Amino acid sequence: METDTITAISTPMGEGAIAIVRLSGPDALSISNDLFLGKDLTKVESHTMHYGKIIDPETDEVAEEVMVSIMQAPKTFTREDVVEINCHGGLVSVNRVLEIVLAKGARLAEPGEFTKRAFLNGRIDLSQAEAVMDLIRAKTDRAMNVALKQMDGRLSKLIQSLRQQLLETLAHVEVNIDYPEYDDVEEMSHNLMEEKTQEVLVEVKKLLQTAQQGKILREGLATAIIGRPNVGKSSLMNALVHENKAIVTEIPGTTRDVIEEYVNVRGVPLRLVDTAGIRETEDIVERIGVEKSRQVLKEADLILLVLNYGDELTEEDEKLFEAVRDLDVIVIVNKTDLEQRLDMDTVKQLAQEHPVITTALLHEKGIDELEQAISQVFFEGELDTGDMTYVSNVRHVQLLKQARQALEDALNGMEMDMPIDVVQIDVTRTWEILGEIVGDTVHESLIDQLFSQFCLGK
Amino acid sequence: MTYDAGHYDVIVIGAGHAGCEAALASAKRGAKTLMLTLNLDLVAFMPCNPSIGGPAKGVVVREIDALGGVMGKVIDKTHIQMRMLNTRKGPAVRALRAQADKPLYIQEMKQILENQENLTLRQGMVERLVVEDGEIKGVVTETKAAYSADSVVVTTGTFMRGKVIIGDLEYESGPNNQRPTVSLSEHLEELGIEMVRFKTGTPMRVNSHTIDYSKTEIQPGDEEPRAFSYETTEYIMDQIPCWLTYTNEYTHQIIDENLTLSPMYSGMIKGTGPRYCPSIEDKVVRFHDKPRHQIFLEPEGRNTEEVYVQGLSTSLPEFIQKKMIETVPGLEKAEIMRAGYAIEYDSVVPTQLWPTLETKEIKGLFTAGQINGTSGYEEAAGQGIMAGINAAAKALDIDPLILDRSQAYIGVLIDDLVTKGTNEPYRLLTSRAEFRLMLRHDNADLRLTDIGYELGMITEERYAKFQEKKRLIQEERKRLDGVIIKPDEQVQRIIEQAGGTPLKEAVRSSDLLRRPEMNYEMIEALTAPEKELPADVKEQVEIQTKYSGYIAKALQQIERMKKMDDKKVPDNIDYDAINGLATEAREKLKEVRPLSVGQASRISGVNPSDVSILLVYIEQGKIARVSNE
Repeated sequence: METDTITAISTPMGEGAIAIVRLSGPDALSISNDLFLGKDLTKVESHTMHYGKIIDPETDEVAEEVMVSIMQAPKTFTREDVVEINCHGGLVSVNRVLEIVLAKGARLAEPGEFTKRAFLNGRIDLSQAEAVMDLIRAKTDRAMNVALKQMDGRLSKLIQSLRQQLLETLAHVEVNIDYPEYDDVEEMSHNLMEEKTQEVLVEVKKLLQTAQQGKILREGLATAIIGRPNVGKSSLMNALVHENKAIVTEIPGTTRDVIEEYVNVRGVPLRLVDTAGIRETEDIVERIGVEKSRQVLKEADLILLVLNYGDELTEEDEKLFEAVRDLDVIVIVNKTDLEQRLDMDTVKQLAQEHPVITTALLHEKGIDELEQAISQVFFEGELDTGDMTYVSNVRHVQLLKQARQALEDALNGMEMDMPIDVVQIDVTRTWEILGEIVGDTVHESLIDQLFSQFCLGK
Repeated sequence: MTYDAGHYDVIVIGAGHAGCEAALASAKRGAKTLMLTLNLDLVAFMPCNPSIGGPAKGVVVREIDALGGVMGKVIDKTHIQMRMLNTRKGPAVRALRAQADKPLYIQEMKQILENQENLTLRQGMVERLVVEDGEIKGVVTETKAAYSADSVVVTTGTFMRGKVIIGDLEYESGPNNQRPTVSLSEHLEELGIEMVRFKTGTPMRVNSHTIDYSKTEIQPGDEEPRAFSYETTEYIMDQIPCWLTYTNEYTHQIIDENLTLSPMYSGMIKGTGPRYCPSIEDKVVRFHDKPRHQIFLEPEGRNTEEVYVQGLSTSLPEFIQKKMIETVPGLEKAEIMRAGYAIEYDSVVPTQLWPTLETKEIKGLFTAGQINGTSGYEEAAGQGIMAGINAAAKALDIDPLILDRSQAYIGVLIDDLVTKGTNEPYRLLTSRAEFRLMLRHDNADLRLTDIGYELGMITEERYAKFQEKKRLIQEERKRLDGVIIKPDEQVQRIIEQAGGTPLKEAVRSSDLLRRPEMNYEMIEALTAPEKELPADVKEQVEIQTKYSGYIAKALQQIERMKKMDDKKVPDNIDYDAINGLATEAREKLKEVRPLSVGQASRISGVNPSDVSILLVYIEQGKIARVSNE
């Protein structure tokens, strides 16, 4: 009945043992199968459950280990194909899976939409109809209130001003089209259009970055400690954990045993990633090889690269430097209590602009400096939170991503030398999408703009 | 006492641009049709600018032609020049515009009307409608002729309680000093039709002999032959130019100093004027910083010296009009033959209409054209043909025709009117169409000829030609998808000449055509079809291939819209009985009474949650019916 596929997190928000992302619609199976590493979900029997991994299409990395329930129409809640992805509890993993599902083409469900579909497809009987309508009204109002409350005044203002910029550009294009002989405005050129589109794209990207930062604030800065054996990675780990109160000590998953340590360093939440591996083998490089560690590193927001003051620089160390070159890195030269064999000039050269801290962790020396450096990376670098317009609502993030896509489509069209009125299709779409964020989708305003901006007529 | 003047299936009141298309469409569909007009010498009269077409409007003319209407054919025979606008932009916004020979246009149209089978042309002023039990039964003229009819189409334009205003002079009148229609307007109000007061205006006409053209810029027509109608084969190559000049600070000073004499600002005019067609006094007041405004001097025909002064629409007193034009280069000595004026008139609030243009209040009564709050000959004609088609359908008891927003600008126009209404005279703009890329000048025939043929308004001969064109386009597109172009010397040379980067590997010829620098001619040079294709086929192949990505995206959106448009709202729905609708939405729904959920969703003030609730309610009704059975 409906042509699009909707999705939402269908378990209550908050910490639970598992959380479920539900999809409903004609593409539920194909979307899930697309991002699922495991059995071919389009071929499995209905009403069965399957173990596998969710792959992030942007990075091709494993995002989550999951159990997926496949329920084919019509014997489902909505009478459409339904897939439920069971993730680890907690917001982090389930949000990530939701984002991936959205990126694959599902649409974020409106409030009450699963129930609405269930009803429209005849799943719910007549006596429940009134209740459904009340539900839609109540959920919509509440969601609106929540969304509005969540929306920072600054965000709303910024979006409005971006829309106004776009609207003026659009009106300019329209006046060229509808009043081709009107000689007061220059013809909107590709260059000008590109400039305007880029301006808005930069802002939209910035907003999406703040969403990323917001996520970091909520979820912690994924931090990896790397280094050769016996440089003091465990000591560093222990120092950070013991110095600072651990927020969450263990989240045992249902299918894997990852231990993540959450620590708060001077207001910066750190999530020490894959510490289990570090603890067990003491040697990430040896265990998975340089190539693989590169991948682990990509997932990290912050890397603590540990060197041994008492050893000469090895080839392995240099490879590590190579691997982390473009990432946020703090270089820690540990064991300064030993006799110096490390060439500090080479280290500084390799570290380029990244901070280099010297410590003697076993003697609890240098920890202050390290914490100082961590908080500096977070608060003074790109991750500035001071004057941040803060996007956190999943719906807003989703719409901003659509806006980014539409703007990129517009730029792509210009690249392809498409006529301005064709390029404009995507610019108009951006304007509409941004309108959805601030709850304004009245089309008439373009015509109002046209006539207030230009003196037109015969 | 009235006398029985006979029965007609359809009566069309008015013979302007809406009336002409309505009467012809009705007659062509086989309905016995009567057309009543105040003055048989002025059928299809252009009371304002002597031009037809332009962005969006020109596409409407093509759409009318594809449906079997006549506006395009008539202007093709009677123009003094034609230009294709926006040629440097994309195919979606290209538009044809013609300067009309006004007297010739009238003659040509009158002949077509006179020679149309099933159509009777008669002079007469309709005084009132005959309505029984909410259903139209006929009309009565002021000469007491009583005609009975199954459907009546009212296309009285700006005549209803028309009032002409120049300075402090005002008098009851239709445009160009024709008699206004007073009693019909009053009668419609009595019948429960709500009216609003709108205003529009027209500039002065000056004598061509008194214009110094050397101080103006020439605006010639295109050298390439152009036509609106898909059936036109003869082109007028002997064209007459228009001329461009400008107002200046002196003109503006005169207007500034005499604003108190303007009925616009004295409060004498109460009707709402259109923003897109402002008077010169409006422009000067609203855009005070603008040092000059364009004025186009447009001949009103080949056999007249009257020249239309486009850009100087005004209702200032005649002597100010004279002072004003004396400041304009080229017009210093120009003699005014007719003064500019404003006209106020009654129009029907269009949300009282179904999308068929039938009034909700009175069954069988249709209204079309400027009476529905639009402006422009093309907007009028577009509504006219639809009202004619549907009035005949009503009388003959066949299915009505509603065009949707993805099919035609006519669909956009009518949907906007009946769904959103308008608070100023409505003009079509390309930005009103969300599927602009689909509603092109070049594909109006592909969009609508099948429909025109089914209506019986397209000849067999024309239809056969059309099908052949469609076949050629499909075959050529398929062929280009199949042909692989290898990067040989000739190919690379052609690409290089066009300014593109050389091919690295073999590609489909259709993919090569998608490259920005390539066009059909270049592809043709590399891989020619067996027989050279007609120019319009080549054009279609190129456009459809080059924009296929955008077209595919638009088609997806259209699919979504259609799904909502396919969900019908039952006739007898009681909006008061639906819990949960927001108050504003409920009021709007009761007023508009949308036919589909899609139409409901386009009403301003009806929010997505209201639409959801409406959907659920409608489904509930269906379930109720099923469980009752």
